[in-house]
Amino acid sequence: MAMAMARWRQRLLSSACSSSSSSAAAPQALLRLASSALSRQSSSRGFAAAPDDTTPFVVDIPVPYAGHRCDPPEQRVETSAKELVDFFKVMYVMRRMEIAADSLYKAKFIRGFCHLYDGQEAVCVGMEAALTKEDAIITAYRDHCTHIGRGGTVLEVMAELMGRKSGCSLGKGGSMHMYNKEGNFYGGNGIVGAQTALGAGLAFAQKYNKQNAVSLALYGDGAANQGQLFEAMNISALWDLPVIFVCENNHYGMGTAEWRSAKSPEYYKRGDYVPGLKIDGMDVLAVKQGVRFAKEHALTKGPIVLEMDTYRYHGHSMSDPGSTYRTREEISGVRQERDPIERVRKLLLAKEIVTVADLKNLEKQAKAEVDEAVNQAKEGGQPETHELFTHVHVKGLKQLAYGPDRKEVIVPLP
Amino acid sequence: MFPGIVRSSSRHLPCRRSLMTVRDALNSAIDEEMAADPKVFVMGEEVGEYQGAYKVTKGLLQKYGPDRVLDTPITEAGFTGIGVGAAFQGLKPIVEFMTFNFAMQAIDHIINSAAKTYYMSGGQIAVPIVFRGPNGAAAGVGAQHSQCFAAWYGSCPGLKVVTPYSAEDARGLLKAAIRDPDPVVFLENELLYGENFPVSSQVRDPNFTLPIGKAKVEREGTDVTITAFSKMVGFALKAADELAKDGIKAEVINLRSIRPLDRETINASVRKTYRLVAVEEGWPQHGVCAEVCASVQEETFDYLDAPIERISGADIPMPYAANLERLALPQIEDIVRAAKRACYRSK
Repeated sequence: MAMAMARWRQRLLSSACSSSSSSAAAPQALLRLASSALSRQSSSRGFAAAPDDTTPFVVDIPVPYAGHRCDPPEQRVETSAKELVDFFKVMYVMRRMEIAADSLYKAKFIRGFCHLYDGQEAVCVGMEAALTKEDAIITAYRDHCTHIGRGGTVLEVMAELMGRKSGCSLGKGGSMHMYNKEGNFYGGNGIVGAQTALGAGLAFAQKYNKQNAVSLALYGDGAANQGQLFEAMNISALWDLPVIFVCENNHYGMGTAEWRSAKSPEYYKRGDYVPGLKIDGMDVLAVKQGVRFAKEHALTKGPIVLEMDTYRYHGHSMSDPGSTYRTREEISGVRQERDPIERVRKLLLAKEIVTVADLKNLEKQAKAEVDEAVNQAKEGGQPETHELFTHVHVKGLKQLAYGPDRKEVIVPLP
Repeated sequence: MFPGIVRSSSRHLPCRRSLMTVRDALNSAIDEEMAADPKVFVMGEEVGEYQGAYKVTKGLLQKYGPDRVLDTPITEAGFTGIGVGAAFQGLKPIVEFMTFNFAMQAIDHIINSAAKTYYMSGGQIAVPIVFRGPNGAAAGVGAQHSQCFAAWYGSCPGLKVVTPYSAEDARGLLKAAIRDPDPVVFLENELLYGENFPVSSQVRDPNFTLPIGKAKVEREGTDVTITAFSKMVGFALKAADELAKDGIKAEVINLRSIRPLDRETINASVRKTYRLVAVEEGWPQHGVCAEVCASVQEETFDYLDAPIERISGADIPMPYAANLERLALPQIEDIVRAAKRACYRSK
C-alpha cells in the first residue's frame, strides 16, 4: 500500500502519461528534457519575436499523449509569440484572481462555498485557444476561471462572489453558479456529475440546429464515477452527439485520492467504446492541441473523452486546508516542476519574446487589474430587495409568492 | 352535465363526433405544437417505434422522423439531463417519463437543473422544457408504480405543475405547457387516457390553449365546495350527483394547476358555500390538500361554518390485492361522507 502510494505520488510530480508507469521519468530528468528542447529550438533558430507577433512557429509537447481507441495527435503544436503572451497574461490574471478570492473569503467578503482553480489554469485557457464562442462549455463548481475564459470579466466574478448585483448572476448565484449566455457558458453547477448529462444536451441542440460546433462537459476525477456520466456517454455515442467529455483530473475528489475512489483511475479509458485521450493538463499548448484534435473528432466521429492531468494548489474549497490528505512537499513539488504559468514564462524567455522586466510588467498589470476589480466589486451594492422574487419564471403568471411571513410579504411573481 | 359542449343547431345530443379521448387530446396537442414550432421535439422510452408505452405519441415518429421523436435507453437521469441541456440551448423538449415513479431517478435534473437555473443565472438561462407522463395510481400496479408526485413537484419554486382531467384540459394545458418558456411538470393519469370527453370546435382549434394557474369550476353549487384534480375530479362530480339526491348542492372545482395554485377561485368558492372538502389521490401528509386547507383557513377563515375536510390516499405503500387497493384510494362514498360531515349531516 505504501509502495503504491509512493509510486502514485511520483507519477503526480512527473506527470507521466503512460498507463504502464512502472518506470516513470523522474521529475529532474523530465525538466532537463523540456528545457533542453526549448534551448535547442531557441539556439537553432536564433529566435526573437515581438510580443504581438502572430507569425506561427512550432513547439514540441514534451509529455506524450496517451490514446484510447484513437491515434493521439502530434506531439507538436503551432503557436505564436502573441498567443504565448496572451496565455501568460490571462493565466496570470486568473491566478491573481483566485488568490484574491482566498483573501476575500478569509476576510468574510465571500460566504458559503468557494472552490479555487489555481494550478489548473492551463486547462481552461488551452481549451479556449482551440474553440470559438459557438462552442459551448459547461462545468462544475470550480468555475471562476472557466467563466473568464468564456469572456467574463474579473469584476463580474468578484462581484458575484461577494453577492453584489454587478455579479454575473446578479448576485443570486454565488461562486458555484456563474453563467454567461452570450459566451455559451452554462455554469457553474453544484450537483456533482449533473453537468455531464447537461453538456450532452447542449451538444444535442447543436446537432439538432445543424451548427458546426461542439460542447465540452467538464467534470472532475470525483465525478468520473457518476452513473449519469455513463448514461450520457451511452446516448452521446449512440446518437453521435458532438460532445467532448473533459475530466479535469486533479487527482483528489475533495479529500479522496483517485486511487481510493476509482477502481480504474485511467479516466480517459472509462468511456469504453468512446475514444479517449490523456493530456498533460499543466501544459497549455498540449491542452490546445488536444482540444483541437477532440473538436475535430467530435464533429466528424462522435463523442470523445479527454483526461487533463492537472493539479489544484488549494484544497477542495476554502474550508479544506488541502494538507490533511496530501503532503506539502507534494503541493510544492508540483508547483515547482509543473506550474502552467512558469512553463509559459520559461518558453517566452527562451524564445526571447519578452524579457524578465516585460514579464514583471505584465504581472504588475494583472495584479492591478484584479485589485481594481476587487475594489470596484466591493463598492457595488447588494441586489435590491425586489430581486428576491425576480427570475423565478421567464413568464410569470402573476401568481402570488410569499415571504417568510405570508401576511407581510406577498408578491405577484413578475 | 357534460362540460364544454357546444350545442350545434342541427343536434341536441352529444354525438360520437364531438367526443375525444384524453389520449387523442394529448397526441393531437403534441402533433400540432411540433408542426408549428421546429424547436419542439419528443424524447423518452418507447415514444417512437413502439408508438408510445400508452400510445400517447402514436404516429409522431412516422410524421416527424427520428431526429424529432427520440427513443431513449432506460436511463432517466441521463436523458433528462440531456433534455434540460437542450432546453438551455433554446430547444423545446417534451420529455416523457413512462411513469413519474421513474422520474425519481431524474428528479435532480428536474429540480436542480431545470427549476432553479433561471433564478441562479440571474435570468440568463431559460429552460423551456415539458416533463410529462402518467402520475398516481393505475390499477393493480403495486407500491413502486402508484405514487402521486403532485405535492412534491408542487412545492418547488421555478416549476409550473399542471394536472389535466378532461380531454379539453389535456389539449389546452399541454399546448400551453409546450409554449411556456419555463419548465412545466405535466402530470397525467393512465386510467384517464381512454376516457372520452365531449370537446367543442374551439377546443379542437390548433391555437386552443388554457391558462396555466387557473382552476375550473366544473359544476356550480351553493352548499359545499369540493376541490380535486386529475382522476379525482370525475369522482368528485359523481359524488356531487349523489349529494344532489340528498339536497346538497356541491360546487366542484377542477384545480387543473397545482403550481401556481388558483387560490382565488378556491377561496371565492368557499366564500359562497362556507364549507370545503379537499380531495386528492396522493398521501395526505404535506399533500396538495394540505396546501388548499392552509390557504382557505388563512384567507377565508371567517366564512367557514365547519372544519375543512380532507379525502386522500391512505398512509401506506400501495397494496396489490384488489380489495386492499380499493381501500387505499379515495372512493366516491368517501367524498360524499366528508361533504355530509361538513354540512353537519350524519347521512
